[in-house]
Amino acid sequence: MTRDLSPPAPQHAVDIQGVRKAFGPNTVLDRVDLRVDAGEVLALLGANGSGKTTLLKILATLLRPSAGRGRVAGFDLAKDVESIRARVGLLAHGSYVYEDLTAAENLRFWATMAGLPADQASLQSALRAVELDQVAGERARTFSSGMKRRLALARILLGAPRLLLLDEPYAGLDQKGKKWIEEVMLDFKGKGGAVIVATHSFGRGLSVADRVAILSGGRIALDRARASLDLEELHRLYALSTENGA
Amino acid sequence: MFARRAWIVLWKDLLTERRSKESLNALFFFAFLLLLLFEFALGPDRERLAAALPGLLWLGFVLAGLLGLGRTFLVERENDCWEGLVLTPGDKSAIYLGKLAGNFLLMLIVEVVLLALFGIFYNVDLWSALAPLSVVMILGTAGLAAVGTLFAAMTARVRARELLFPLLLLPVQVPVLLATVKATEAVLQGLPLAEVGQWLKLVAAADIIYLVVGLLTFEFILEA
Repeated sequence: MTRDLSPPAPQHAVDIQGVRKAFGPNTVLDRVDLRVDAGEVLALLGANGSGKTTLLKILATLLRPSAGRGRVAGFDLAKDVESIRARVGLLAHGSYVYEDLTAAENLRFWATMAGLPADQASLQSALRAVELDQVAGERARTFSSGMKRRLALARILLGAPRLLLLDEPYAGLDQKGKKWIEEVMLDFKGKGGAVIVATHSFGRGLSVADRVAILSGGRIALDRARASLDLEELHRLYALSTENGA
Repeated sequence: MFARRAWIVLWKDLLTERRSKESLNALFFFAFLLLLLFEFALGPDRERLAAALPGLLWLGFVLAGLLGLGRTFLVERENDCWEGLVLTPGDKSAIYLGKLAGNFLLMLIVEVVLLALFGIFYNVDLWSALAPLSVVMILGTAGLAAVGTLFAAMTARVRARELLFPLLLLPVQVPVLLATVKATEAVLQGLPLAEVGQWLKLVAAADIIYLVVGLLTFEFILEA
């Protein structure tokens, strides 16, 4: 059974306006406007606590915004939660990996839960794509954090999402792994998917980004095309905005 | 699709338990400890034992159940798997049904062992009452597992879950416990199941209510 992801085919993978999120008296996001087109990679930079994870969780429908509206993958953020979930892949801080299941069993579980084909060939192909096919039968408990992250990515890509939300995707990865994940992003973008990669480590993700946004103090402090910024200027703006946002 | 998702949750939970043996080891040890304590408390008086046996049996089942049910969703907290379950599209009550089935089976396994140990320790002939006793145990365990799975999900992410879980569960379990103890008492005295029909109907009605409430509310608990 293949999930039907055809209609609608939106120009904007993400289009949100005036999104605000508060936890009690603490406002984490304040009037955030953001638009990401299909086939575009957005590097979302920001210091720790700037609201990157909260924003990604709102886009993935894990959190509901306190105010504001928007569409993700062409669907209304407030009304079409299930449709969004079927089209968005979130690589979060947690890997969603069951430690006592093998890599293949983990994929089988999540594929079945998502209503995707869970036959041996599909699972093996997904594991091969993240270079874990050799350890398919080993328990996740024995994996490094980088391997768990790759297994999480295999789970996401198995669902053929339209939008990838990557929260600190480089955490726990070595240089080879970091390069590999950038290749995954480029490949995904080449197929028309949109990517938002949130990171606090300046420099990472910029090589594949079409646009750069800086989140500071819960607001978008900068949103520009990557080509229009040189690295030094971007570094200065990032330093400035994180100081102001702190 | 619903059945497939419920099945995969059950498969995952049983496989995880078979490999980690976290719940079963703790439950068996706990059950053995209970038996020893009851033995010390009651002594060799056969009449006292016969009168207390139905209550002791269900006390053992419920205490072991509390221990096992309380751990049900701990595995979902590791690596934020809970978040992953929230994000899976589709009817979330399938997750509840799978979890419930897993809990039901684990509790039954522990209960069968506990029952056998009771028979051996106290030299009680449970064999002749095994068939009607099984019916009472299955109905009572289904109720305990249905409401226990729901409350375990409710309290899984709160700090005082060890305190809250039994506080929520035990008052709701009162009708099931009352009926199962009464039915067990009658069955152990050699009465036929028909004699305790009204108690069994009460347990069955409670099971259905708990199950329906669980299926209808689990999504809100998961997403909260």
